[in-house]
Amino acid sequence: MTVIATENLSKRFPRVTALDGLTLDIGPGVTGLVGANGAGKSTLIKILLGLSPASEGSASVLGLDVAAGSDTAATIRERVGYMPEHDCLPPDVSATEFVVHMARMSGLPATAARERTADTLRHVGLYEERYRPIGGYSTGMKQRVKLAQALVHDPQLVFLDEPTNGLDPVGRDDMLGLIRRVHADFGISVLVTSHLLGELERTCDHVVVIDGGRLLRSSSTSDFTQSTATLAVEVTDTDAHPDGTATLRKALAGAGLEITADGRLLYVQAEGDDTYDVVRDAVAGLGLGLVRMEQRRHRIAEIFRDDDTLPASNQASTQASTPTTASTSATAPATDPAGSPHAH
Amino acid sequence: MPTDAPATGSPGSTGNPGTTAATAATDVIHDIGYRHYDGPRLGRGYARRSLFTQSLRAAYGLGRSAKSKVPPALLFGIMCLVALILVAVAIGTGMDELPLEYTDYAIYLQPVIFLFIAAQAPVSVSRDLRFRTVPLYFSRPVERLDYVSAKYAAMASALFVLTATPLLILYVGALLAKLDFTDQTKGFAQGLVSAALLSLLFAGIGLAIAALTPRRGFGVAAVIAAFTVPFGAVSALQGIAWEQDNLGAIGWFALFSPIGLIDNVQSTFLGATPATASPEPVDPSTAAGTAALLVALALAAGCFLFLLRRYRKAGL
Repeated sequence: MTVIATENLSKRFPRVTALDGLTLDIGPGVTGLVGANGAGKSTLIKILLGLSPASEGSASVLGLDVAAGSDTAATIRERVGYMPEHDCLPPDVSATEFVVHMARMSGLPATAARERTADTLRHVGLYEERYRPIGGYSTGMKQRVKLAQALVHDPQLVFLDEPTNGLDPVGRDDMLGLIRRVHADFGISVLVTSHLLGELERTCDHVVVIDGGRLLRSSSTSDFTQSTATLAVEVTDTDAHPDGTATLRKALAGAGLEITADGRLLYVQAEGDDTYDVVRDAVAGLGLGLVRMEQRRHRIAEIFRDDDTLPASNQASTQASTPTTASTSATAPATDPAGSPHAH
Repeated sequence: MPTDAPATGSPGSTGNPGTTAATAATDVIHDIGYRHYDGPRLGRGYARRSLFTQSLRAAYGLGRSAKSKVPPALLFGIMCLVALILVAVAIGTGMDELPLEYTDYAIYLQPVIFLFIAAQAPVSVSRDLRFRTVPLYFSRPVERLDYVSAKYAAMASALFVLTATPLLILYVGALLAKLDFTDQTKGFAQGLVSAALLSLLFAGIGLAIAALTPRRGFGVAAVIAAFTVPFGAVSALQGIAWEQDNLGAIGWFALFSPIGLIDNVQSTFLGATPATASPEPVDPSTAAGTAALLVALALAAGCFLFLLRRYRKAGL
């Protein structure tokens, strides 16, 4: 089952080529679309919504050709939801009024629009505040309203453009959890864009990386992160060991672990759960203070690291990995390959 | 896929963690209360009608905050109050005709109409542009043509309600005062036609100007200027033409102001007394009247096309 398919899709503007021969095949589930700003993510969404014709190639959404005429385009737009990256909410109406209106714009009769609005706002976590004007909402609440308007007509697929933009770490986690639920609980497929790689490996079944309008990589998240269990370890110096990092490195190398250093951070290749114990024992044995020991799965980021043409996204991914790894380090590596789309 | 297993979502139950197996295959829908919608989806036509109704109501502040109900209610009140007073005078003094013609009403009360369109056109279009809500419409079955025609029709209807309701009051009053039925009905009908043309033209001009700027304040000022400045300029030119005894020019000058267009059309085709800025009314030539009608229709159509173009850029 294919949800989104593109074949040699290109979009050229007079001065820029936004998409350049992009061929994708995306199945149901949560799919991340990663790329630096200007990589062509928004252009792709516009084409998929039938709002902008492709210069070349073809695309289909839910099995319908996006270029097949305005009736097909209307059918597609009836079955998909779209959450834009930018602010799009009028401040002087309540979330309920706004979402009801948007539901009717999707073709829902008045009664159904009200019922679906109440349901959807509850599902995204807006309760009493939904009767207050949107102008008084926090960024996190506004993002929920934006998500609600994309879901209110019960689409089969939603496009979420940078849904975590502007959120603090907690809000970001909440939003990512919601996105996960949109598929896992609501059965709606998701195409979510981000320039932060760290978020996507946690949320998505499948990640598509584009750059300069070209496909860089497309595979399931488990492929990306399979061999990526890396521990980041940071220790203090003590009087006995003035350079604690070097000492620990020597000790761990002695234990047969593969290590790379980055300033005060040591990256230890984790072979299994034993590695945690080895590191812990080594640190304790040397009497060093353990500042941090966290799981780093920055293998996705290494796609970019291999390809040095993308320093901007590289930075973005490093930023993202801090809050992400902090919260995942306690749990076992997310195993969520079920129903994940096939690699291309 | 969603439609495969709608039965598993039990209606109305909010989360039932006991039965939720979050690790199961992702294509299964869990019993956490999410209900799929399998009712009718009424498509573009319905969405366009809904948008029309919503915009028409919004022009009178209905479905909006109490504060935004005040200006339209006030202006609508003035329009009707004047009509009521005229009717009361006509009945009270036992006149054999109304103090003014139906077609004169909008001309005399034009400042009220200007204020209404200036206040409400930005509400109708600037908000969606300013808060960037437009992409949400165009990512739905609604298309540019639907959006623009719904907004245009709603604003024209709102203006028609504003200009035709007082005429209705006058008409009912005239009948109560037992004035001549045939005369009054004919005058009322002429007034309605004129009000319809005025609504169409003013809605177009107001919306086109308001759509240029996402800032509401600018929109209000620009719309007022677009109606009053040409009116002032044309009045001055008509005064000069009268002084120089160039009566033919008076009707042609009227083509340069929105209200002048309406005045020309109704003077030529609807039996109205021209409201030119001259000591005595000067009838426009039939050519000037026809030209006014064509210009008015062309302007309305031009504004509509301009709006369509405007939203091509605003989408997404």
